[in-house]
Order: sequence, then C-alpha cells, then structure tokens
Amino acid sequence: MTIDPKHLEITLETQVESVNLAEEMCLKVAEAAGFGEDDCYKIGMSVREGVINAFHYGNQERPEKKIHLAVDITTEKMVIHVLDEGKGFSLANVPDPLAEENLLSTSGRGIFLMRAFMDEFDVLPGRTGGAEIVMAKKLPLPGDPGTNGQNSQSASPQQGA
Amino acid sequence: MSLRATHRDAGPVIVVDLSGRIILGEGSALLRKTVRGLLDEQHNKIILNLGDVDYIDSSGIGELVSAYTGVKNRGGDLKLLNLTKKVRDLIQLTKLYTVFEVFTDEASAVASFQ
Repeated sequence: MTIDPKHLEITLETQVESVNLAEEMCLKVAEAAGFGEDDCYKIGMSVREGVINAFHYGNQERPEKKIHLAVDITTEKMVIHVLDEGKGFSLANVPDPLAEENLLSTSGRGIFLMRAFMDEFDVLPGRTGGAEIVMAKKLPLPGDPGTNGQNSQSASPQQGA
Repeated sequence: MSLRATHRDAGPVIVVDLSGRIILGEGSALLRKTVRGLLDEQHNKIILNLGDVDYIDSSGIGELVSAYTGVKNRGGDLKLLNLTKKVRDLIQLTKLYTVFEVFTDEASAVASFQ
C-alpha cells in the first residue's frame, strides 16, 4: 500500500472483507478531503459497489485474483479506480434495473447506484485485462458545510444498470 | 454494525425487527436465514421492521427482493415498516416502491393483512 496526501493505492484480496475495508479507507480519505456526511455516504456506497462488482462479477470470487483500488484527490475532485482481473464488460450490455422486467431481479443494481451517486462514472478496459471502474465526486466548495451532493445525476441517473 | 434480527407475533402476522446494516456477507445471509426459517414454520405474512436499519447496499436490496418473492411464492406477503431516510431514498431510487408495500406505523401494516 502506498499513501500520500493525494494518492492512495491498495491491492485487495478477492474476499467479502475487502468490500468493507475499501469502504472504510475511502471514507477516511473523503472525510479528510472535506466531504460532508451525505457525500461520504454516496462515496462509501459507490466504493462498496465497485469492489462488490470486482469481487463477484469481475474476479468471479476466485481467491487467486486481486482487486486493485486507487484513490486520487485532485484540485477539483476525488477520483476512485477499481480494477479487477476478470474478462471485462461493456456498460451497453448491463441490463437496466429499473425496467419492469428487472424490478424483481435479486442483482444488477450496483452499476446503477454508482452512476446515481457519483458525478462521473465510466468503465474502461483494464491495462492487464479485466474492467476498470473510474468514478469521481467533485470536492465540496470552500465554506460548504454540508452535503455538496445536490448534483443532477444524483436525482436522475442517466442509465440504469 | 452487523445486522441483528428478532421476530415476534403480531396477531396473524410476524414482525421481524432488524437493526444494523443489510450488506454483502453476514447481513444479507442473516436476513435470508430469518425469512427462510419463518417460511419453514409456515409463516407467510411477514413485516420487516427496518426502523433501525440505516444502511443497505445492492446485495441487501437483492436480499429484500429475494425475501419478497420467496414469501409471495408461498402464497403470502412481505411488507416493509419504518424506513429510515437513507433506506427510503434507496427504495425510491431503485423503483422498488412499486413492488413493496411500505408503512410508517405497525398497526396499519398489520391491519393491511386482514
């Protein structure tokens, strides 16, 4: 693990405990960066969902595979990367969980939640295969005491998944 | 905070009082085990009291849906009671308010089964 004030990287095992660990670490970074409670909730949830996606769909819960998490604080935003060692996927192929026929599905809402809770979201082909989720939240404005979370995407995610 | 679950009779209905986080792992597993146990005991009218549940992730949402369909498949119904703001927002965001009946007081929830 490498830590400096602006950058953090960690390699996680493909196990359930990694989800909580990733959430806790990113929450500490988000709090230190000045995000309010509402934004911290959304960032924490998105990190959970990103790592769950890598754990379950990307790495197929295979313990020999790793999950790579990186967090960057720029002058404008907190950027989170979650890279798995799976086969990769295209957002276009992810079903819309809000579609009538998918409402009773017991899975498939993670991507949707990340898109809803973050200001930026994308899935890229990983450098060594797999999928790399890249998502970002704008830093709170100076003097903003609270949520900084009233962006339009929070209320109306562009596409369900 | 891990999930805790206890249940009690409320007339013909079973109320399951949940507290903590319904998330991937033990939280989701405990909810699944609790509902399956009630179905095994022939209870198919179930209210999940989520008044002390402050966090649910996508796995927890999936487990709620699974519990709902499991109970429905046994000819019963599963309804939600006392959603916290975060959970209510999540249920609305995921459009599951069109699936679940949600109540803010227990008496009304119990009466809805009759």
